[in-house]
Amino acid sequence: MTAATTGGAAGTGGPAEGLPPALAEIVEDFHAVSEPERLQLLLDFSRGLPALPPRYADHPELLEPVPECQSPIFLLTEVDDDADRTVHLFFSAPAEAPTTRGFAGILAEGLDGLPAAQVLDVPGDVCSRLGLDRAVSPLRLRGMTGMLGRIQRQVRESTAA
Amino acid sequence: MPVPTDPSPALAEYAHPERLVTTAWLADHLGDEGLVVVESDEDVLLYETGHIAGAVKVDWHTDLNDPVTRDYVDGEAFARLMSAKGISRDSTVVVYGDKSNWWAAYALWVFTLFGHEDVRLLDGGRAAWLAEDRPMTTDAPSPAPTDYPVVERRDEEVRAFAPDVLAHLGNGPLVDVRSPEEYTGERTHMPAYPEEGALRGGHIPTAQSVPWARAAAEDGRFKGRAELEAIYTGEKGLQPGDDVIAYCRIGERSSHTWFVLTHLLGFDKVRNYDGSWTEWGNAVRVPIATGSEPGDAPARRS
Repeated sequence: MTAATTGGAAGTGGPAEGLPPALAEIVEDFHAVSEPERLQLLLDFSRGLPALPPRYADHPELLEPVPECQSPIFLLTEVDDDADRTVHLFFSAPAEAPTTRGFAGILAEGLDGLPAAQVLDVPGDVCSRLGLDRAVSPLRLRGMTGMLGRIQRQVRESTAA
Repeated sequence: MPVPTDPSPALAEYAHPERLVTTAWLADHLGDEGLVVVESDEDVLLYETGHIAGAVKVDWHTDLNDPVTRDYVDGEAFARLMSAKGISRDSTVVVYGDKSNWWAAYALWVFTLFGHEDVRLLDGGRAAWLAEDRPMTTDAPSPAPTDYPVVERRDEEVRAFAPDVLAHLGNGPLVDVRSPEEYTGERTHMPAYPEEGALRGGHIPTAQSVPWARAAAEDGRFKGRAELEAIYTGEKGLQPGDDVIAYCRIGERSSHTWFVLTHLLGFDKVRNYDGSWTEWGNAVRVPIATGSEPGDAPARRS
């Protein structure tokens, strides 16, 4: 995935404004369907969440818990030493927590492989732009905001050195 | 006509065994005329990953809470919901869910506010059903709409509001069903749960701490009656005739305890204070207590 495409709807004032292209596309996809279908879309992201690679699957203690979520989820970011400081995301959440897995799947697809600067620029209100407030409830969406905050903090720490 | 109750000896010892069904009973009665199975989970997507065949979904937040006022839906919205789920006023409703039936108990309590007569819990909930390798499906049911009547909610019998709780201090027992850390005031939310913004930590003065999960066995089913009595009437000294108010953080865990006291132990008057700590912990001019002791009722304000 490259960040050079112009999928983002910068300047349109829509919910995808100012987001990196992959994340903008996800936001637009959610808005393109009805509310019940948005739940199905979230479920697709839940199912599509990549499994942990063995180096983390065998060492769950390396991942950071996200207490803002109602279900147990752990996440970890890696930042490459390349010029862009490319970010990679890893999540672990049980199958009995599909909503939380869905949030993680959105962040994985929307942010993985981006330069650190772009991950840090993602606005904190992105989770409320998915059009899920009514179908999922703002209370539950807070967990996703918690995940994003932790991802950004980890990336900030990794790039500060 | 209501569906017959579960005659399982495992349930017979409870005060109101007709309020519970076993997994085996439910498996045998799926598809019975007049029976509607409802799944009610904390996770809003869990139902979509697989549910008991024919079960409909009722979400505590998006279906039962009013979207504007912090309250439950009104009679008209409840009637619309029931119709959409294929539930008639005389349907037998069996509710099950995740997390040892927290949310299922909460849904059952809301059905009670509307006076729905025959509503039962699946003992052990979703986890017990799955642990026995019973079948699940992702096929969405398409129930025929019903003509569920518009029934006004009757809050006074099983629901307490903050002024009721204030008036109750010193006059009757309160049960705080949150975690010990929430009770003492070390923290204002559940361990590993989102911060829901209470300004102060602690408990309502005079409330005894009985974390909800003490009523659940390892497998998520309810403990036997003798064990439950040892906790609530033995250790805590509650009596079946007492006027009891239970609370937690938003009223969901205390619905579980409300169910235990009302239907399993046969208490006559138990109310759930659903405003719970997210209201009390933020309210102006209400007293709280911190630490592990219940604390004293405050002197009456003249």
